[in-house]
Amino acid sequence: MATREEITSGLAEILEEVAGVNPEDVAEEKSFTDDLDVDSLSMVEVVVAAEEKFGVKIPDNEVQNLKTVGDAVSFIEANH
Amino acid sequence: MTAGSRIVALGHYQPSKVVTNNDLAQLMETNDEWIRDRVGIAERRVADAESVADMSTFAAEKALAGSGLTAADIDMVVVATCSSIDRCPNVATRVAARLGITAPAAFDLNTACSGFSYGLATADHAIRAGATRHALVIGAEKLSDLTDWTDRTTAILFGDGAGAAIVSGVPDGEQAGIGPVLWGSAPEKGEALRIEGRTPYIKQDGQVVFRWATTALAPLALQACERAGVKPSELAAFVPHQANTRIIDGIVKRLGLGPDVVIAKDLVESGNTSAASIPLALSKLVEKREVPSGAPVLLFGFGGGLTYAGQVIRCP
Repeated sequence: MATREEITSGLAEILEEVAGVNPEDVAEEKSFTDDLDVDSLSMVEVVVAAEEKFGVKIPDNEVQNLKTVGDAVSFIEANH
Repeated sequence: MTAGSRIVALGHYQPSKVVTNNDLAQLMETNDEWIRDRVGIAERRVADAESVADMSTFAAEKALAGSGLTAADIDMVVVATCSSIDRCPNVATRVAARLGITAPAAFDLNTACSGFSYGLATADHAIRAGATRHALVIGAEKLSDLTDWTDRTTAILFGDGAGAAIVSGVPDGEQAGIGPVLWGSAPEKGEALRIEGRTPYIKQDGQVVFRWATTALAPLALQACERAGVKPSELAAFVPHQANTRIIDGIVKRLGLGPDVVIAKDLVESGNTSAASIPLALSKLVEKREVPSGAPVLLFGFGGGLTYAGQVIRCP
């Protein structure tokens, strides 16, 4: 089982690769769109990469609920 | 009966009116950089007077002229479209009447953005079965009629236009020029892209469509290559449906296509023209001689339904 810190740092790697986000900016309280400037299509790419990396299934209707990095960490923690 | 068919000539038509991203920024809250970043479109063509049948006819005239055939030789007309407002008579018979094609099997086909590849496969099958000798296959759309110009999430995407191909049986002993089709759909996701309502407008859940397009389609495109016995590395060109450069780049990456493969990106100047996008882009590549005659080209359409269809063709 990955810890929340490990999941956050895994997401930071994905965000850097997919959307060019500086890993140092990634923290649980950050909003993907408002703070990290991840657009709606890049968010899809982040979700797809996170599914592969963490072995979780993130359904289409769940994507819109993942507003902050912490939301994504919680979902992955509960479902992987 | 024949062992297969091939595209012998292509033609295309676009309305003369250009609408740039900056033009759209005058109408709605958007800007050039935002549109280019997300979809890769710089401008699109919008029809004022021309109908779907008009654009189809103009594209078909060019294809017919390039084929060395006459209207009397054509015995099948297929028009792939999802935007013809005047449903009856269908677009195919309207085109046939104007071109003087006297007694063709004539029908419209609606699988939205994958329509041209469905039409090409249908013509190929009819020729192989001996039901048809020379088919006219058209993809044509007037999406501006179905665009909600107050919705900035969709109005930036679409354009109008038409592309046409003449498809004929190959002589005995010659190689077929239209490979086996890989076609299908994901109907459980159909609600993600819709044209509905009394005053119909295109509506889409962009994230769902984008996710499907960037994850599900590359393996299917690969299957289309396998059915034709062509490795992706052997392709001379890839002409996918022109919806979004990020979708195209994603599929190209997953297919592992190298820099030698010509990738059609006509959407930059034409927008998303649904069923017209593949024949438009292919016709332009051939006109500019960017792909040698006889070289393998992968066509892959995808969109509303959600439907998809693709095949490897030999460049005319």
